[in-house]
Amino acid sequence: MNTIALIPAAIDQPTPEELALSGSWTARGIGTIGAQLDALSAPASMVVDGARIESLDTAGAWVLQKLLRRLRGEGSRVEMRELRPEFARLLDVVEQQAADQTDTPPLASASRSGLEGLGRNAAAAYEQSMALLSFVGECALAFAGCIAHPARFRGRPILFNIRSAGLDALPIVGLLSFLLGIVVAYQGADQLRHYGANIFVADLVGLSMLREFAPLITAIIIAGRSGSAYAAQIGTMSVTEEIDAMRTLGIAPLDMLVLPKIIALLIALPLLTVFADVLGVLGGMIMARAQLAVGFGEFLDRFVKAVSITAYLIGICKAPVFAAIIAVIGCFQGFRTKGGADSVGRQTTRSVVQSTFLVIVADALFSVAFSALDL
Amino acid sequence: MKNDAPADALVIEMSKVSTRFGDHVVHTDVDLEVRRAEIFALIGGSGSGKSTLLREMILLQRPNSGSIRVLGVDLQKLGDDEADGESLALRQRWGVMFQHGGLFGSLTVKENVGLPLREHTALDDVLIDEIAAWKLSMTGLKPEVGAQYPSELSGGMMKRASLARAMALDPELLFLDEPSAGLDPESAGEVDQLVLKLRDLFGLTIVMITHDLDLLWQVADRVAVLADGRMQGTGSMRELSKMDNPAVRKFFDGPRGRAAQEQEQDQENPQGKVQTSNEIGRPSSKPK
Repeated sequence: MNTIALIPAAIDQPTPEELALSGSWTARGIGTIGAQLDALSAPASMVVDGARIESLDTAGAWVLQKLLRRLRGEGSRVEMRELRPEFARLLDVVEQQAADQTDTPPLASASRSGLEGLGRNAAAAYEQSMALLSFVGECALAFAGCIAHPARFRGRPILFNIRSAGLDALPIVGLLSFLLGIVVAYQGADQLRHYGANIFVADLVGLSMLREFAPLITAIIIAGRSGSAYAAQIGTMSVTEEIDAMRTLGIAPLDMLVLPKIIALLIALPLLTVFADVLGVLGGMIMARAQLAVGFGEFLDRFVKAVSITAYLIGICKAPVFAAIIAVIGCFQGFRTKGGADSVGRQTTRSVVQSTFLVIVADALFSVAFSALDL
Repeated sequence: MKNDAPADALVIEMSKVSTRFGDHVVHTDVDLEVRRAEIFALIGGSGSGKSTLLREMILLQRPNSGSIRVLGVDLQKLGDDEADGESLALRQRWGVMFQHGGLFGSLTVKENVGLPLREHTALDDVLIDEIAAWKLSMTGLKPEVGAQYPSELSGGMMKRASLARAMALDPELLFLDEPSAGLDPESAGEVDQLVLKLRDLFGLTIVMITHDLDLLWQVADRVAVLADGRMQGTGSMRELSKMDNPAVRKFFDGPRGRAAQEQEQDQENPQGKVQTSNEIGRPSSKPK
């Protein structure tokens, strides 16, 4: 109602018993007048003149009734005068509603001590680990059920997931492992040249890529790419009650949503790892020729001698484990989504962080195990 | 626009508004007028373009042709930028309650209601909290609801909280999208009362989309029927009930339509005479 310039609310106290209000007592007009009002003390009686109030909205009326109530509470007889009838009506409504409201006690503050926070976090972490364990158990049971009744396997979602998590990830996995191969060869080149051991670049690239880097980089890319997608998809579905709908229709969400993802990733991730092996070694080969004058033929001759089939298989056999970690964590975090859009984002982040973390932990455990087995 | 604008001044004027999505024609040549301080309802079957029309009124969408004036401002002349001065000023003069609340899930209910005040005024935080709590109590919510998150609320509470947020800056114009859909009869009745109360207290102009026949009969001053992309009729429910247009008759001839109509007549008849217009029925509620 005010395209005219806004005149801020103001108070004027010509005599101690008189208070003249003017200007716009609206949400935009009152600004910081609150401090000025709080400073007012209550004489025995007071007249508040509202004749020059130009506009009043609920925010202004609230501030005004707060002032009147405080002054009256301090034992002053306050009289409101000359207020326009529509403003007086609004003030009445606000006073009425405010009186109803003060009957309820204020909420207890939710601040916590450090120790309590620590305890709560520990309890939450414990609860989450238990829930994860039980989710793994449920998935295993559902999987066993599907093995017993193969008709429960859902072929189409599995194929769809193989495409979206596997085929569509080929370019990014290929590019990154190619670059990683280049980096490894390049970093090694200088050292090898010192000792005139140029040809050992094949050992370096072959073993490091096949055993460690290719499975790890593939798993981390897929955790960021597909694990997050799983969490976001299932999370959104549970927010929009689609999961509940599925249950009421007699479809087990685990069969429909989780198992196809796990199975698809169990198939796709080892294949992607092989692809990453090839591209990584190719990157190393190109770098070896450029920096160390080791030709492709020489490189491959040495590669076959240096890298045993065991090294290759060790890399590949990690992939299914990583795949299971990524798919299970992604789906698990999706199912834990509660509430709204905010929660979907939080669970998606958690799924990526946790699956990346667990993949690296698993890789470390593999290293320990393989060295104990002398592989 | 001045404070002393006549009571029947037009708050919304739409003329020859047409909208298409690709080949799909949503509406053609829609004319519509909403007067100051009236409760105006927009009805029509699913897919008749009610929501599109509402979105065009609140600057969320632009029509392909035609002109829309809201609160005296020509929407066609406004820029697309959300923070643009003129459209920002206009947006602060209306409040919108969305069908599913549109509350921000990351904020508590009280923070949701206080957000417009925090963004657009210089009030201090304590005062904003008080005002937000007061607005919530005005819509009939208990104070402890303020500390909850929207995901913890029931449907009715969500609508009330959304209404409280729409009212945060004391708008002149309030848009309600399906205010009573999905509510139990008691809550729906309370929404009826709330809408009337807001109009009477603040002289608000209220535009709503609804299918709730009780809300239409008991609360709306004028109703516009939209069907087949055109405005089929405008008037009070009594006036509409006398029309022969089949698109309009649908709202009166079904068993539910008849029941709502009979209930309305039962309420009015014992007082002596049948009134011909809903508007005359509530002269005292007209604000100055």
